[in-house]
Amino acid sequence: MPGQAAELVFNEATKLYEGREEAAVDRLSLTVPAGEICVLVGPSGGGKTTALKLVNRLISLTSGDIRIDGTSILEQDVVELRRSIGYVIQQVGLFPHMTVEANIGTVPRLYGRPRSWIRTRSAELLELVGLDPSYAKRYPAQLSGGERQRVGLARALAGNPPLMLMDEPFAAIDPIVRARLQDEFMRLHEEVQKTVVFVTHDIDEAIKVGDRIAILRPGGRLAQYDTPAAILERPVDDFVAQFVGADRALKALALRTLAEVELGPPADGPRVPRDTTVRDAVSKLIETRADSLAVTDDDGRIVGSVWLEKLV
Amino acid sequence: MTLAEQFHPHTFVDAFRFMGDHTGLLLSKAGEQVELSAVALGIALVLALPLGLWLGHLHRGLFLAAGVANLGRALPSLVLIAFGLTVLGIGFWNNTLALVVLAAPPILTNAYFAIDGIDRDAVEAARGMGMTGRQVLVRVELPLGLPLVLAGVRIAAIFVIATATIAAIAGGGGLGDIIVNQATYGLSGVIAASLWVAFLAFLAALTISVVRRAASPRRIPVP
Amino acid sequence: MVVAAGPVIPDFGSGSSCEVNNGWFCTDWVHAHWGDTLQPALLQHVELSAIAVAVGLAIAFALALAGFRWRLLDPPIGALSDFLYTIPSLALFQLLVPLTGLGVLTVEIALVSYTLVILYRNLIEGLRSVPADVVEAARGSGFTRTQTFLRVELPLALPALLAGLRIATVSTISIATVAAFVVAKGLGNPIFIAIKQDSFKTEILAAGGLAVALALVADGLLVLAQRALTPWTRRARA
Repeated sequence: MPGQAAELVFNEATKLYEGREEAAVDRLSLTVPAGEICVLVGPSGGGKTTALKLVNRLISLTSGDIRIDGTSILEQDVVELRRSIGYVIQQVGLFPHMTVEANIGTVPRLYGRPRSWIRTRSAELLELVGLDPSYAKRYPAQLSGGERQRVGLARALAGNPPLMLMDEPFAAIDPIVRARLQDEFMRLHEEVQKTVVFVTHDIDEAIKVGDRIAILRPGGRLAQYDTPAAILERPVDDFVAQFVGADRALKALALRTLAEVELGPPADGPRVPRDTTVRDAVSKLIETRADSLAVTDDDGRIVGSVWLEKLV
Repeated sequence: MTLAEQFHPHTFVDAFRFMGDHTGLLLSKAGEQVELSAVALGIALVLALPLGLWLGHLHRGLFLAAGVANLGRALPSLVLIAFGLTVLGIGFWNNTLALVVLAAPPILTNAYFAIDGIDRDAVEAARGMGMTGRQVLVRVELPLGLPLVLAGVRIAAIFVIATATIAAIAGGGGLGDIIVNQATYGLSGVIAASLWVAFLAFLAALTISVVRRAASPRRIPVP
Repeated sequence: MVVAAGPVIPDFGSGSSCEVNNGWFCTDWVHAHWGDTLQPALLQHVELSAIAVAVGLAIAFALALAGFRWRLLDPPIGALSDFLYTIPSLALFQLLVPLTGLGVLTVEIALVSYTLVILYRNLIEGLRSVPADVVEAARGSGFTRTQTFLRVELPLALPALLAGLRIATVSTISIATVAAFVVAKGLGNPIFIAIKQDSFKTEILAAGGLAVALALVADGLLVLAQRALTPWTRRARA
């Protein structure tokens, strides 16, 4: 079974459906370095899901190429290719007739791993995604939406794939659980370091989760491909600026926490922990109409203070 | 006899000749059968249809509906005919009783599931607009559930015609009289009568399909 | 002292008062004739029905695979099995006689035809009702087309198939009673004879009761099989 992270390269990848004038994906070229999370965002019809499905060949390329660690996807057997890529979709698609454990063990079983190995691996992965190992014998119908998504994630990771494709995985989850899943996913990624291509229509999710963001415009053309900070500070044109939102300056503030800010001398004021984002800190200042905030460390001790000029 | 020896397709030709020679007989027998079937089906409809519709509307009695369906299928038609005969003796009503018992389950069950299975949102919207229970049933649930309800009636009609044929041995008359009397009418007569029985069944099924088509002219769009 | 209960009927050897008066259920008659009448009829009935359902299942399965794979075949297959189902049983039996004679083959052909409509329809609907995202997840994970079918689509179609199998089995057991008109086998036979002999109630009730009991037992067994084979259909959210 594969391992490690792979580099993914789109090279003029194009998908044109018959009878249509505009391409679904138009000469997409970008490189996702190994171990990074690349988020594909864009409005509906922008071709982001199509681009994703080109990678595991659920949709076939019209022209251009896609390479994983240098090997073209067209040169590989399609079934082998899919087994080496972790695939997570919005409705999860858990097999209702299999237990959680069997679901997770799907790809390893295809590789011929024995049941005992799958049992151990399932237990490991359940813990990794934050579920109690007792879930192993349950059926999908007995799980909540958030739990199902976690199992879907575990299933995608089971084969230790170097590349993962995620198609709006958290879109169907309610906002509170979604935020938690996003956080856990990012924590997981730090542990597991796989290359991930993540599709979403939610720009805020993209900014939060992505190492790099690729914005696709209708017609499947790449508008901008850069880090979240760069996109927020220097949108390449009006389309990107509008898509990102008029409040992009504020959004950019969400990218940094108080830990990265030079703190003033300890003083009194409304307390905020050090890991608060700059944006939330500004919001706190407005809410309390205070002149400054007291920044606390993990133990709750005041270690410094901040005020508006320091933050913006 | 081997299979080859038993293969006499020319009997069908003879059967058509029989039909030509005995049209009057076949028609009167067919008439008897239609009369018996129609009465039985009518009674079954009066008894089972409103019950099934109302239970489905209330979403109550699933156990009854499913149980009746199962039981109805498990009761062999021949047994019912024989039973009717022993209880009521020979005549018109022993067979009618048996046929009603046979026809009621599919009508009841299909009516129940047809109404029970209607999209709850549509029903809720109707209620929210101020319709009474009965209005909801008649104006919303019934039109939407009509195809399935009529499918049940169709099955019942086919069962009834099929069993009315067998009822000949219990004095039920009809085309079955000819079929069980090969000595008198010969194999060609039996085949002729069988073809007519099949035709009757198709006619009944077709009639109900036409009613179904007429009752729902526009396909209900799926949201 | 012997009390004359009524006219002695020379046919029945034992001539108990119950039989003579055509009582509802003479247990002694049942005991006496279990071995020579009722049990053989029961076993014949089981055999007739089992063969019909097994063959019907095999044919319907093949047809459903074809109809599922090549959608164009679905309407004609559906129409044909529906057509066969509409023909009343006695008529169908008789119509087959000139072609396949007065034997078990005729009966089996007719019985099999009646199972086709429900088995075919249920299996195809079952296959079609497999959620699209589950199939996509399977293909995306790396299942081949065959593996997707065998390990995902078919198991998920199983509940619908088993439901159809229940209906087909019970119906077949019921229709098989009519086989007595063609060949002297099955539980319809004693009933048929009893009707001719002045409607001898006990025989009718005994044979009829057995037929109903057989159907209910078969249904019950299939329900158990369904629970065993499809554990995931039990109520969700434990």
